[in-house]
Amino acid sequence: MLSKVDGFIYPNEIELNWSVLIVLYPYITGLVAGAFILASLERVFKVKVLRPTYTIALLTALGFLLVATMPLISHLAQPQRFYEIMITPHFTSAMAIFGFIYLWYLMVVLLLEIWLDYRRDLVLWSQEKTGVMKHVYKILTLGVTDLSPKALKWDDKLGYAITVIGIPSAFLLHGYVGFIFGSVKANPWWSTVLMPVIFIFSAMVSGIALVMVVFMVVNYIRKKMIDMACLDTIAKYLLIALILDFALEGLDQVHRIYEAEESFQILDLLVKGKLTYTLFLFQWGLGMLVPILVLAYFQMFKSKERLRRILYLITGVLVLVGIFFMRWNVVVGGQLFSKSFYGFTAFKLQLIGPEGSLMAVVWLIVPLLIVAFLFWLLPPWKRHAEPET
Amino acid sequence: MGKDEVKSRRRFLSNAAMLAGGIFVSVSNNSIGALLYATERKDTKGPWYGMGIDLEQCIGCGHCANTCKSENGVSREPFYFRTWVEQYTILNDGSVKITSPNGGIDGFSQQVPDEDIFKSFFVPKMCNHCEKSPCVQVCPVGATYDSPEGVVLVDDSYCIGCRYCVQACPYGCRYIDPVKKVADKCTLCYHRIMKGQLPACVEVCPKGAKIFGDLNDPGSDLVRFKKEHAWQVLKPHMNTDSKVYYNGLRAEVR
Repeated sequence: MLSKVDGFIYPNEIELNWSVLIVLYPYITGLVAGAFILASLERVFKVKVLRPTYTIALLTALGFLLVATMPLISHLAQPQRFYEIMITPHFTSAMAIFGFIYLWYLMVVLLLEIWLDYRRDLVLWSQEKTGVMKHVYKILTLGVTDLSPKALKWDDKLGYAITVIGIPSAFLLHGYVGFIFGSVKANPWWSTVLMPVIFIFSAMVSGIALVMVVFMVVNYIRKKMIDMACLDTIAKYLLIALILDFALEGLDQVHRIYEAEESFQILDLLVKGKLTYTLFLFQWGLGMLVPILVLAYFQMFKSKERLRRILYLITGVLVLVGIFFMRWNVVVGGQLFSKSFYGFTAFKLQLIGPEGSLMAVVWLIVPLLIVAFLFWLLPPWKRHAEPET
Repeated sequence: MGKDEVKSRRRFLSNAAMLAGGIFVSVSNNSIGALLYATERKDTKGPWYGMGIDLEQCIGCGHCANTCKSENGVSREPFYFRTWVEQYTILNDGSVKITSPNGGIDGFSQQVPDEDIFKSFFVPKMCNHCEKSPCVQVCPVGATYDSPEGVVLVDDSYCIGCRYCVQACPYGCRYIDPVKKVADKCTLCYHRIMKGQLPACVEVCPKGAKIFGDLNDPGSDLVRFKKEHAWQVLKPHMNTDSKVYYNGLRAEVR
């Protein structure tokens, strides 16, 4: 174990305390917040061309939000005590409020918005279906079966209000996750006021990319022609988010380099050594610059639809991988150097075990299964046409 | 019926909003106070313990680190220390070499040839029992706390093992105990000092390099130590109001 050490580290620092599961935590919450913000573009900012992705984005956000806390809880040394954070929160802690923000976001924003949006369909499905599903949909209506124009108008109004509340909530959810890292003054790699802002913009990047990929995959599986106007618009917003994110991350780095504080030397060694591939190649190269160039090219020059589709898919996947490595570089990178600034420890990802890469893959597949289940239960493409008003 | 339902839904929503609003207000009231955590000085009347470490006396024997492990049942593996000793060697070219093999328990050997050494010395490290400790600030459940005597402690039966405190400590003084699976650290031998005894590391130091005492008692050894020496704390820019005071601390030490 001591062979992992390079230079001098405090003896208690040899073990990395937050590993791949804590990388997943900001990754997953970021996907949720970003997907929701894409949905709100349609609902609040009236970008009507995004309509086909509205419910897809909401259900994707829900699928991921449901597992967002699982890597966290399973990472605790005393997972059976996790509820203490809810019943006896310690308010000076940046971590203590996460449970409340999470619940607020899940119960008040996402679930309520999806329910209001789907209520009419749920009632109609409960009338049309037979057998078990009839009852399932009936239960999901929560007994509110009124379909009068007035009631539906209320649904719409409330749904709109919740989306309006939802936008700052999504910012809060992920900005807060950024604050958990950004507020650790002992760690110069984390401690920056820009951290919450960078987290919000990188969340938008990853969430938009996720919905774009899901949208394409869903259309492929259903053998439907994809709505190119919609896809082009998602790509445009992805490009905007990418540029903003890139600018913020660039600003953060320029600021660090120019100020060159006490920690600069060790961070310089970190970036040029242990993080070379994950930072320069995956996060900035393949995850940011290549997508920006591809998407900007499509904005400027007309290209064949097929080429656009293929490259959108590749770009989406690259962005998703890139943002994963962004979280990795923050969480793992921040623990590779000693707080004495005199040396490094190493991190070797295990394959098996509760902290292993297989477990991480499980926590990424489970939300996709939940999303697939939600698409089956609440198919966005089998919804009833809006009644004439 | 439709009208009634809309009404009852409206009533439900307004009640829910009121409840949520109430919770939010009470939470945010606390949180605003919580933001001021690292700025407020604590008002203390009883004993307020701290430690002086005289680097000019330390000979790097490692007794303190060894005894601490025995006294407090700390794992003997070389990755868990409540207190440890570092050997600093400053070379003629200004470079710094630091080692702490097994926390200094097995003693030190000097690897740098004599003619290359500019200065060499030992630095015992331990929890700084900060007055404004980042670890207490970040604990999400309040399992780590300040005792009325200014000792930072961990409640083993309460800690959820999130490791946020380990991340927050600027001095590397915390670890997750491999057996208890909770955060662990120096308690200033709380079980001993409450009985009027000295912390184990202070008791065994053959050179008297560690000086334990009550900062509120003008006649204590620690207050005298602070008066007689140009002391310094580790990483003063962290503004943690550390209560471990070093005499002879050089700028190279972090």
